[in-house]
Amino acid sequence: MATVPLDQGLLLAAILFTLGLVGVLARRNLLFILMSLEVMLNAAGVAFIVAGARWAAPGGQVMFILVLTLAATEVSVGLALILLMHRRIPTLDADAGDQLKG
Amino acid sequence: MREFLWLVPALPLLGSVILMFGSAHLSVRTAAMIGVLSVGLAALIAFVISAGFVLDPPVGGVYQQTLWRWFHVGGFSVDVGLRLDPLSLLMMLVTSGVGFFIHLFATEFMEGEQGYGRFFAHLNLFVAAMLLLVLARNFLVLYAGWEGVGLCSYLLIGFWWGDPLNGLAARKAFIVTRIGDTAFLIGLLLIATRLGTLNIASAMTRAHETLHVASPMVTLIAFLLLGGAIGKSAQLPLHTWLPDAMAGPTPVSALIHAATMVTAGVYLIARTHVLFLLAPIAQFTVGIVGALTLLLAGFSALAQNDIKRVLAYSTMSQIGYMFVALGVGAWGAAMFHLMAHAFFKALLFLSAGAVTMRLHHEQDIFKMGGLWRRLPVAFWSFLIGSAALSALPLVTAGFYSKEAILSGAWADGTRGRVLWCAGVVGAFVTGVYIFRVVFIAFFGEEHTHVSGSYGWRVIVPLIVLSTLSLVGGFIQLPPAFGHITLLSDLLSTVLPAPLGATTVMPLLFASFASISGIVVAAALYWRPTHARADATPLWRFWHAAAGFDWLYDRFLVCPVLWAARIDRDDFIDKIYSGIVWVTRAGHFAVRRTQSGRVRLYAAGLALGSICLIAIAVLR
Repeated sequence: MATVPLDQGLLLAAILFTLGLVGVLARRNLLFILMSLEVMLNAAGVAFIVAGARWAAPGGQVMFILVLTLAATEVSVGLALILLMHRRIPTLDADAGDQLKG
Repeated sequence: MREFLWLVPALPLLGSVILMFGSAHLSVRTAAMIGVLSVGLAALIAFVISAGFVLDPPVGGVYQQTLWRWFHVGGFSVDVGLRLDPLSLLMMLVTSGVGFFIHLFATEFMEGEQGYGRFFAHLNLFVAAMLLLVLARNFLVLYAGWEGVGLCSYLLIGFWWGDPLNGLAARKAFIVTRIGDTAFLIGLLLIATRLGTLNIASAMTRAHETLHVASPMVTLIAFLLLGGAIGKSAQLPLHTWLPDAMAGPTPVSALIHAATMVTAGVYLIARTHVLFLLAPIAQFTVGIVGALTLLLAGFSALAQNDIKRVLAYSTMSQIGYMFVALGVGAWGAAMFHLMAHAFFKALLFLSAGAVTMRLHHEQDIFKMGGLWRRLPVAFWSFLIGSAALSALPLVTAGFYSKEAILSGAWADGTRGRVLWCAGVVGAFVTGVYIFRVVFIAFFGEEHTHVSGSYGWRVIVPLIVLSTLSLVGGFIQLPPAFGHITLLSDLLSTVLPAPLGATTVMPLLFASFASISGIVVAAALYWRPTHARADATPLWRFWHAAAGFDWLYDRFLVCPVLWAARIDRDDFIDKIYSGIVWVTRAGHFAVRRTQSGRVRLYAAGLALGSICLIAIAVLR
């Protein structure tokens, strides 16, 4: 079975993570920010899998399952928050919700 | 039966707790029932225990009860325990008995007042604290009761807190007595370190064994205890709180003056008389303080127009008599006068309260007049109380107790003779000032319209206390009159020195002084046409009680306020205000970053993480 080299796998994870981060910082639509967060989480998952395969350790896959669970819960909570915010301020613009500024 | 002794302070405490937490849900009737019954039951138990104590005395004349151990540190242990001996027995009976009748009176007096339940909660706590004080076996427990009494006086003097002046009077009472309390506490610490115990009885024994007569240490301890006693008993120079304490409701004044609080100082000195015997200078100071106070308060009472203020100064004066007795070593006479004073002073305050109840709380005697026809019950009680206060010979309790004090002073050599002279002058002044009130307030022409009658809850206490004020003195007759020595027999196991006159001469003198006082008052005020003399400087001098308040204000309060004002911006304060300034500046600087924009926060997080990782990797 051919294995993905460690450096290439980590490079993929880093690119994915940067893409997600740029998405979080650049997009103003809350739904897209949430999706970008998912990308970042999955980038972390890829890094775990690659590392687990490199040292033949099951911990990498275990951590990936944990990341999946975390992502699912994060999405459900995040969507609920977005829904509540949308009811209060009928917009999905992240910068519109700045009422707690000091 | 004696094992129920702990119930005597516990029952009023229980009543107080119930009333404190439940007064919002209890009806006026229930609150009054709880308030009166808790003290009444305590008084009943105290009476039964006392009867048992007298008929069947315990071994050694002392019954002790240990409730629990308070703490035990390095061989020094303090037990919470009660001690019943003849001295505390007398105090317990007076406190709970007189306290009960004052409670009963208060149920009618306070009717329709706001905070009825709260009033009885504090009144009960007052009695409980005083009972703890007199029954304590240990100085620390005594001190707990001592402070409890101070707290309750604060709460009750400021009971009508709507008027800021009442709050001021309450704070004054608390702070002035606190000065004495501090001295007392230092004295207790000296006893604890020097004698190694705070148990009263063993501390006295050890003091007797280890300390020399007139050594500096025992003198210091005695003076510090005296400081505490002076504060609580309103003697010179810590007496200024007592006249202002009249801001409280009249039953409170009765309780403070008769059953609790001011008698605590006399009790303390009688309880620790061993120390005062070891420190003759301190003991002599007690007598001097008493003599000065009794004269000053007596003359001040002459110049008061408020019926309650007259009574307040008379209390100071009578406590002064007790201090004179303590000063000459007539311990039993002091306790005798304390008991008689509790009866007639409670009677005077309650009858004064009964009068003001029907006059819409008018307390100026010049606005009363001719009340004897309208309010016969209040008049007769006040008259009996006044007769007892001015020591009308033969028929009143006050005569026998005051006589015991004066003959004790007479028998104490030259120094005692000086105190005796002060006492006789005081007896004369007492007759004048109290019968001035009687003649102005109850005789002459009527100035106000009086209506209404009294319920049984007012009449019964007045009758009982009148009776006690008349016959209470017969438990101890001077040897010249007959051989009844119930009180000195009772007290003989705890307090040395005999009671009563052995010669008739000084006795006749004192009787003559008090009768002539009454006669002078009658001559001056029977037809009080020009009795109002507030213009003369002398009158104003005594009206302000020789200007002690002014003196303290000028020489203590003002300098402290001045120092506080100029000291407001000193070096130390600068440090703290600097800290405040830096914090505020930081707050204004960092406040901008809380923009409320989620993406900025995320960017900040990312930047921070990158920096941290960079540090970790590149280091």
